[in-house]
Amino acid sequence: MGKITLRNVNKSFGPVTIIPNIDLDIEDGEFVVFVGPSGCGNSTLLRLIAGLEDTTGGVISIDGRDVTGEAPAKRKLAMVFQSYALYPHMTVGKNIAFPLKMAGESAEVIDRKVKDAARVLNLTNYLDRRPGQLSGGQRQRVAIGRAIVRQPSAFLFDEPLSNLDASLRGTMRLEISELHHQLKTTMIYVTHDQVEAMTMADKIVVLNAGNIEQVGSPMELYKTPKNLFVAGFIGSPKMNFVEGAVADKFGARTIGVRPEHIKISTTAGDWKGKVGVAEHLGSDTFLHVHTDQGTINVRGDGEVGVNHGDTVYLTPMPTKVHKFGADGNTM
Amino acid sequence: MARAVTTQHKVIATAAAWIVALLIFFPILYTIITSFKSEQEAIQGFDLIPSWTLESYADVQSQYNYWKPFMNSVIISVGSTVLALLVAVPAAWSMAFSPTKRTKDILMWMLSTKMMPAVAVLMPIYLLFRDLGLLDSRFGLTVMLMLINLPIVVWMLYTYFREIPGEILEAARMDGASLWGEIWHVLTPMAVPGIASTMLLNIILAWNEAFWTIRLTTTEAAPLTAFITSFSSPQGLFWAKLSAASTLAIAPILIMGWFSQKQLVRGLTFGAVK
Repeated sequence: MGKITLRNVNKSFGPVTIIPNIDLDIEDGEFVVFVGPSGCGNSTLLRLIAGLEDTTGGVISIDGRDVTGEAPAKRKLAMVFQSYALYPHMTVGKNIAFPLKMAGESAEVIDRKVKDAARVLNLTNYLDRRPGQLSGGQRQRVAIGRAIVRQPSAFLFDEPLSNLDASLRGTMRLEISELHHQLKTTMIYVTHDQVEAMTMADKIVVLNAGNIEQVGSPMELYKTPKNLFVAGFIGSPKMNFVEGAVADKFGARTIGVRPEHIKISTTAGDWKGKVGVAEHLGSDTFLHVHTDQGTINVRGDGEVGVNHGDTVYLTPMPTKVHKFGADGNTM
Repeated sequence: MARAVTTQHKVIATAAAWIVALLIFFPILYTIITSFKSEQEAIQGFDLIPSWTLESYADVQSQYNYWKPFMNSVIISVGSTVLALLVAVPAAWSMAFSPTKRTKDILMWMLSTKMMPAVAVLMPIYLLFRDLGLLDSRFGLTVMLMLINLPIVVWMLYTYFREIPGEILEAARMDGASLWGEIWHVLTPMAVPGIASTMLLNIILAWNEAFWTIRLTTTEAAPLTAFITSFSSPQGLFWAKLSAASTLAIAPILIMGWFSQKQLVRGLTFGAVK
């Protein structure tokens, strides 16, 4: 079991409030991603749940048990750190065995569980090596191995892939998702990368300056963002925002259109513009078009035959236009 | 841009290093040379060539008991080092990983006690030792040397511990390690080089400490520093014997320092040149 509940949880460092009052429910077995820009407080929130930081106020419960004042080890949570935080003086086997040793398990149990974890994570051949002799991806697997042997009620991941290169990040992303499907244990994952959030999460919690802006499934957030912040943060490339007369026509202060929801034509359309940069990725083409409405990002298919300096016409799909009021919230 | 180091620069730098090293080492070298002279040679004046006599060593061995002060030195320096580490490891841990607003002030205050002239507290300490029955006791001296070297031990360990990523200790906490488990299983093994060099330095400092060891002991707890001063008698100074006694007193620590110099240099420069 791993149902985690936060009620009025807040955290201040002296006069500086990092997390104002937060209420959040994380269901058993869910893969929840905390996402937001740097300094949004998502790591602090994770550390509050882990017990590595004390809350200033509020209650954190795990499976209905108030754990607010409990030591990290008593919360039955396992954490994977951004820097892996492996014990450099211990072998891979001893690193994975460490939590079991601390729990007073017998040598036989430790040996069996370490071997099981190593098999799941393809680390069997590396058990006698030291962390310094492993690659970044292998180190991250050891960190995950150390977390899974404890059979915790939830896993906490603090930006676990940010130190890896892009290709390895993609592989590890899949591995963590597969692990979640296998273990069916609650996972809370902190990242600044919205692609990771969209691809891995059952539920995304978008944070901004310590506040929860919106909670929902990736597609909910993509299709029905609650406000300008969420609309701008979720989706890659970012949503285009247009104000002024164009927005007035929609009866809104600001309208938002995703780059993939804009039609491109070389002959006719609503907004005329000149292509600034054309990024041909093969499968897609990203265009940065300078129009009277400002620079508009457009995502076309790989076959779009326009280049820098070409004149193009852009037409937003009317049903895909997001309307925002003066307060920044969706209308 | 990296500066080009020419052979000429290297030769000058090496020669300068040797000159400085010899200047620093010269008093010790001259003491050793004098210890191999006869008393008559020793008072004749500056001479770097001794007659290589072992007369003074034989006199020191036959007339004085070397092993008792030697054992006192070993017990006091090792004992004070172990005691200092027992106190300093948790202190440095808390300052490095759980600092408060005043941690820096405490560290500075601890260091400032090293700047205080020891003679300023000689009377109160002496009276305290007398009243507690600690005068001329190995235990009293062990505690005293532990206290005077504690600021340096805490500072060195603090510098070492600061280099250990806090996340590793947090990982240990998440893995169920108690505070003691965290220090014992994770922090200490990772800081072994630092702890070892701190230990070595503290042993050297305690071994060489002369102000308190001479003033707080007479016969029973007198270490080698007091042993040397016993060669200055109302009958006059016996330079060769004094040198032989001094050589015997510094030899153990000199040999230990020689074998552990790599560790010591690494410990003393840790954090500064990392």
